[in-house]
Amino acid sequence: MSAPLLEVADLAVTLPVEGERRTVLHDVSLAIGPGEALGLVGESGSGKSMTARAVARLLPGGAAVTGSIRFDGTDVTALRGGELRAYRRSVAMVFQDPRAHVNPVRRIGDFLTEGLRLRGVARAEAARRAVAALADVGIPDGERRLRQYPHELSGGLLQRVMIAAALLAEPRLVLADEPTTALDVTTQSEVMAIIDELRRERGLALLFITHDLDLAAAVCDRIAVMYAGAIVEERAAAVLHDDPLHPYSAALAAARPAVDRTLPRLAAVRGRLVSAFEAPAGCAFAPRCAHAQDRCAAELPPLRPLDGGAVRCARAEELRGRLAPQEVAGG
Amino acid sequence: MVAFVLRRLALLVVALLVSSFVIFAGLQLAPGDPLAALSGGRSLPPEALEALRAQYRLDDPFLVQYGNWLVHAVQGDLGQSIAQRHDVATIIGERIGVTAQLVALAAVIILVAGVGLGVLAGLRRGPVDAAVLVVTTLLAAIPSFVAAIVLMSVFAVQLGWFPAVGAGDGFADRLHHLVLPAIALAASALAIVARVTRASVREELEREHVETAVSRGLPRRLVLRRHVLRNAAIPIATVSGITILSLIALSAVVERAFGINGLGATLVQAAAAKDLALVQGISLVLVAAFVVGNTLVDLVYAVLDPRVTVGSRAA
Ligand SMILES: Nc1ncnc2c1ncn2[C@@H]1O[C@H](COP(=O)(O)OP(=O)(O)OP(=O)(O)O)[C@@H](O)[C@H]1O
Ligand SMILES: [Mg+2]
Repeated sequence: MSAPLLEVADLAVTLPVEGERRTVLHDVSLAIGPGEALGLVGESGSGKSMTARAVARLLPGGAAVTGSIRFDGTDVTALRGGELRAYRRSVAMVFQDPRAHVNPVRRIGDFLTEGLRLRGVARAEAARRAVAALADVGIPDGERRLRQYPHELSGGLLQRVMIAAALLAEPRLVLADEPTTALDVTTQSEVMAIIDELRRERGLALLFITHDLDLAAAVCDRIAVMYAGAIVEERAAAVLHDDPLHPYSAALAAARPAVDRTLPRLAAVRGRLVSAFEAPAGCAFAPRCAHAQDRCAAELPPLRPLDGGAVRCARAEELRGRLAPQEVAGG
Repeated sequence: MVAFVLRRLALLVVALLVSSFVIFAGLQLAPGDPLAALSGGRSLPPEALEALRAQYRLDDPFLVQYGNWLVHAVQGDLGQSIAQRHDVATIIGERIGVTAQLVALAAVIILVAGVGLGVLAGLRRGPVDAAVLVVTTLLAAIPSFVAAIVLMSVFAVQLGWFPAVGAGDGFADRLHHLVLPAIALAASALAIVARVTRASVREELEREHVETAVSRGLPRRLVLRRHVLRNAAIPIATVSGITILSLIALSAVVERAFGINGLGATLVQAAAAKDLALVQGISLVLVAAFVVGNTLVDLVYAVLDPRVTVGSRAA
């Protein structure tokens, strides 16, 4: 891979909760090259959103960050004032719930052109570009939409508007945090197709956060699997599903429900998930792992390169090839 | 929109009818003689009293009196004040100005100081916030007549910065006279508006769409103006509007304390003298002002919040 556009190394984040510091991320390392798409997959509470927030510098007040986040060579964690704002403009965020993330009392046109106007683009030109961006995301009657308010649009349309707004910023990296979870199933696939197509067309780098391993595999070049605030495996999307290196990835891959079931996929991984702050000293997944040994509970191994990816499991080499999805299918 | 205005006009008519009837009945039942003020304590000869009672039709049955008043009122004739021996409409015309100015000045104070303090406290946690909370708690707890007495004795009597009584003539002099009364009138409403503003700003700061604005690299100034204050303006405008409207009734207390000859003070005097026509006339004006003001608040609300259609907040 060429020099990465985004490089996160040994990222740890703690937040103040009721007077204590609570660890929400304790060891996240990942890299995204220019134009590359990385999927970030894991159960609820594993720290996916926190990772994206740390990258976008949107952590809640009082957050303490260690480790490094570099974007195009500059240290993101040290940015202040105007430099920070300029950085934020080159990284666009697509949030999960467009209804909440678009100001309800301003027109769609204001939402789309706000960033452009800030960069000194004239009003008429900004409106023209906004209409074009709406057309790009499959909204043909852009001029009318610009005059509408968010409550006049469906969730799916509003998410397309959010994507259009992200693209208008001409970012180099898009952070999409479960962009389709709040939408109904048919709309989900349409919105996903739009993100995928436009990203490839424009050569944008993408951090795609999802619960859905299959969806991530379809859209992304590589996938990072998160568990309890740490990356446990990182592989090419094409191989992760069929040849997982970490028992947790294998469990995720195996926990795919029948097509007609509506249960969330990951509910099928056996045992209770843990958050970073309550994770035991050793491997956080050990209590749920069918392959755990005594040493797993004693010490958390580092993320180390293996088979073209990286894995954080003491027994990865021994288990290689034995973690076919059906073997560890949990109930 | 047309339907909304028509509904409001109907509401205005109903409110005026009901309030005028209630006031009429209330004064009728209250003890005292409307002619007492006229006779000034002297006992008039029975024939003279008789003549006066006939002139003002005081011996007609209650409903006939009310009907009579209503027929004239509808034609724009609010009758004669027995005590002041003057046209009610003329008296109202002379006194409405100073009351309107007093309420307007109090409204400006509320909007500037109340919203200003609230925004400040909402945006800055720590000592600024704590200070605003203490001050507004104090202000909210002080009744306006106490505020009037305190302000008068400190700033008018001891320091001599402001006149203690009267309303003054000409713009500057009028303003100088009305500052203390307006502050006394505004004090507790100001506290309420500051509290609501603080809470709304806090709430809006936490909204996800504000996070979106920050994530786009918008300068803080613009984030606050376009996404925090703009949205907080909706509850702030509603609460400010309603508290300012409540000052219309409260102005009587302050006008009395500062010896200002406004509508409120006149209303209190007229009620004490059982001056029916004058009480009716002033009450109608106050009720009408309240209904119209409330309609304005609803219009502002609908303008500020595109999610609501005009008139959906209330009747
Ligand atoms: N404001 C906060 N203060 C303290 N802890 C928080 C806060 N927000 C989230 N957390 C904790 O941080 C951890 C990671 O949360 P995060 O939102 O990143 O999870 P996630 O992987 O995005 O989950 P989901 O799939 O549900 O979105 C969780 O344990 C959560 O409880
Ligand atoms: Mg999340």
